[in-house]
Amino acid sequence: MNLFSNADAEVLAPLTSGWFLDHAWLIPVVPAIAFALIILFGKRMPFKGSELGVLSMLASLVLSTGAGYQWIQRVNSATEEQFVDPVIKSWTWWQNAGFEFGIGQHIDGLAVLVLFVVAFISTLVQIYSLEYLRGDRRYTHFFAALTLFSGGMLAMVLADNMMLLLLGWEIMGLCSFMLIGHWWEEDVNSKAALKAFFTVRVGDVGLLVGISMLYFAANDWTRENLDVSGFSIRGISAWALSGEPNSTVIMIAAVALFIACIGKSGQFPLHTWLPDAMAGPTPVSSLLHSSTMVVAGVYLVARLYPVFFVGLDIPGGGGNLIVIIGGITIVISAALAFVQNDIKRVLAYSTVSQLGYMMLGLGAGAWMPAVFHIFTHAFFKACLFLGAGSISHSASHHSFDMKRDMGGLRKVMPITFATWIISTLALCGVFPFSGFFSKDEIIDNVGHNGYGLFMIIALIGAFMTAAYMTRATYLTFFGKPRGASAGHADHSAHDAHDAHDSHDAHASSGPHESGLLITVPLIILSVLALSSGFLNATPFGESWERMKLWVEPRHSAFAPELHHAPFMWSKALMSLAIVFLGIAVSWVLSFRLFTKRDPRLVGLTQRVKILGVGHKFLVNKYYLDDFYEKIIVRNIAGPIASAAYWINQNILDGIIHKIASSSRLISGWVYRNIDQRVVDGAVNNSASFTKSVGTAAQPSQSGKVSQYGALLFSAAGVAALVLVIINT
Amino acid sequence: MIAQNIGFWTIAIVMIVAALRVVTTNNVVHAALWLVVVLAGAAAQYILLAAEFVAITQVLVYIGAVMVLFLFGTMLTRARIGSESDLNNTYKKLGVPVAGLMFAAMVVALSSSFGKEKIPDSPKVISTQEVSDQIFGQYLLPFWALSFVLLAAVVGAIVLARKD
Amino acid sequence: MFVNQFLFLAAVLFCIGVYGVVARKNAVLMLMSIEIILNSVNINLLTFALRNGSTDGHVFALYIIAVAAAEVGVGLGLVLLVYRNKKTISVDDLSEMRG
Repeated sequence: MNLFSNADAEVLAPLTSGWFLDHAWLIPVVPAIAFALIILFGKRMPFKGSELGVLSMLASLVLSTGAGYQWIQRVNSATEEQFVDPVIKSWTWWQNAGFEFGIGQHIDGLAVLVLFVVAFISTLVQIYSLEYLRGDRRYTHFFAALTLFSGGMLAMVLADNMMLLLLGWEIMGLCSFMLIGHWWEEDVNSKAALKAFFTVRVGDVGLLVGISMLYFAANDWTRENLDVSGFSIRGISAWALSGEPNSTVIMIAAVALFIACIGKSGQFPLHTWLPDAMAGPTPVSSLLHSSTMVVAGVYLVARLYPVFFVGLDIPGGGGNLIVIIGGITIVISAALAFVQNDIKRVLAYSTVSQLGYMMLGLGAGAWMPAVFHIFTHAFFKACLFLGAGSISHSASHHSFDMKRDMGGLRKVMPITFATWIISTLALCGVFPFSGFFSKDEIIDNVGHNGYGLFMIIALIGAFMTAAYMTRATYLTFFGKPRGASAGHADHSAHDAHDAHDSHDAHASSGPHESGLLITVPLIILSVLALSSGFLNATPFGESWERMKLWVEPRHSAFAPELHHAPFMWSKALMSLAIVFLGIAVSWVLSFRLFTKRDPRLVGLTQRVKILGVGHKFLVNKYYLDDFYEKIIVRNIAGPIASAAYWINQNILDGIIHKIASSSRLISGWVYRNIDQRVVDGAVNNSASFTKSVGTAAQPSQSGKVSQYGALLFSAAGVAALVLVIINT
Repeated sequence: MIAQNIGFWTIAIVMIVAALRVVTTNNVVHAALWLVVVLAGAAAQYILLAAEFVAITQVLVYIGAVMVLFLFGTMLTRARIGSESDLNNTYKKLGVPVAGLMFAAMVVALSSSFGKEKIPDSPKVISTQEVSDQIFGQYLLPFWALSFVLLAAVVGAIVLARKD
Repeated sequence: MFVNQFLFLAAVLFCIGVYGVVARKNAVLMLMSIEIILNSVNINLLTFALRNGSTDGHVFALYIIAVAAAEVGVGLGLVLLVYRNKKTISVDDLSEMRG
């Protein structure tokens, strides 16, 4: 088959490559080795292993920057319309009984972009953690897990096949569990870690199903045409676009994969783990929520875009699973952010909402803006989280409660305040901060590609984003200092993290600006939050759209054709107006509510019933957690048990009650009509008989393993009999 | 062929009786010893089925190692060496219909699918070399997985059983 | 020899094992019953290996033996742990799963 070799080679220029591109596989290998070294020797090193973590991340950053530079050269060496082949290297990992599993790298613009972001944010977060976790009792383990976590993400990003991708994906899941539960002595933290792990796990089932479906559906085709296995990302992409696949199969595979993304990227309805994951140390929240863990799901969609593109009929417009989930996520999580008092939780819901934008963009065919939003979001969200950490570290005694322990901090923490404001404006999408160039592009393109309704939802989301971020900013930095940040040593807030209390001596001297190890990463990130948008500044014309040139794959057998909305200032001004409206409304309300204590606003939720109900609904997170725990988990824990329970309650008990009541009737009749003393014994007997029947029927839910075993075996026996009878 | 049949039925009856004793006896140590008989019988059946290597492994692993484990387990949990009365559930009768049901299912399935089919008179005998070629060739992956399972079992058993 | 005579032997042993799992409440005895079940499966595998002249049955019989060894190791570890915590190995007393 000559289908995919360059048939018209005379038009195509030879592509350059380079050492960094060819050796990109080193990027995750370095942190993996560093992880092993930290675990083995970390405790004996002068800086307890943290230096290894930071150095390995720096090495990864250098390698991925080099790869990025050479990728840009490679793109420049191509002609205008040429598809820039990714740099693929693959080796056989293992083979067994005709199956062959590869390991290798698949470096294209998307991979290079995300590699760079991950390595960059990881480096800054590690530097920040040097200060933030100083004196922590599991300092070495923290750095080990953090390093492996980044390694897992990097491996996932450059994977050339689904198995390696799955490996990185799972490493990340495991490490996130370790990091969120870092202070596991506290019950809340270990619960949050478990919740994150299990919720993501629910989604991961979808990933396994999707991978196997794609393998079995695509393997023959990819072997024949491209000589790669059905796990290869390149092979799957080409297969999906070849028009070959059965539309039902690819649709189900896309849905299964998307379920994994829902779990990992905290989309509705599996978003509940993300805010709880705030229990981990702040650097972890920052890393998890800006560039790694949660982006993994978005990245998977972007990576296997042809599968989703064809499977969910993205160019069709109108609505598909991804845009619907993305749209719902934007609005519901933004609404939740309004009722949070914990600053990190506000940021967590804001992350969920921003991920919703990315998914919405991907689902609506706005691939490039969504990927660009990954890029810009990573910087400003990391900055916001690290800023929140800076406040709690230096001003509010490790409390994250905005209403109780913050306020008026703009004077004492000028650097944190400035970086926070820049990042907030970027998050809200104010021109010329970076969020404007990505988010506005998403909204614009969603409308352009025929998803009008979702464009309106995205605009509502933008309004809400501006409003809740203004509320959080007001509570944190304006008004009068309260609680811990006013200098009251509130030791109830201390208790939260006494695990790393040893350095509290300097924190209790009152709120102050954080040290250099914290502020320098903040400044770097805020500069990027301000400027990174210009890498793809659509408003200034084609020549500014560098990112599109470098990252977006040209239409070919491996990449679907993507459309771009022409930029219009009128639309941009409209969305800017909405954002400013959100800021203004929220500012006025916050000012009147929190500073003036306007009697018309204070206690509004108690006075107006509808608002109260809505507020309660939001505070309880739509009762989703209750729903999961009380309804779903219980039913999964014992579908047989609950069925047996129902039978027990309604049928057996009914019979027993009938027997009991009739025996009571009879005994009453006997009592009244015949001699009560003679029959006494008989009545007692019937009562004990009733009781014994009841006891015999009760054990179906006894918690005794052998009875469950008996139920299981007899169910298997019945099922086998039924099968045999059907087949004979 | 006659000799093999006699061998089969003798061993089979011994095995069934021994297995019944395992699940009915009131003495844990006796149960373990009856289990030895079942396992040895199984090894003999494997030889009848022309699987010497599996039979030898059965003797080594099961009768050698697993039984020792069982006896240690019995000893460490301080079960009395004599007979005990409370080894069974109060509702042990429940086991009879369950087992009967499964047996019925298997009888129906087996007799309808294999009926009077005989094992070929001169069957292809599998040599140990072929088995090892398979294990280290086509089935290498399960072998690796199994190695991990054993490793995990060792670690897990130590973690579970250590005192702390 | 009939194929079925081996298969029936395996079926009988399997059902005895099932009875043992259901009827016993001593955890060690339950594990023993599980061993009987595993062995009956092995007989099945080897019977079919002989009938079809394939090596697969042998390979999996060996794997099952190895898995059974691991299972007994972990199982007895669990039993010991339960014994230390509860001073009993009667599985009836472990009813935390009661619904």
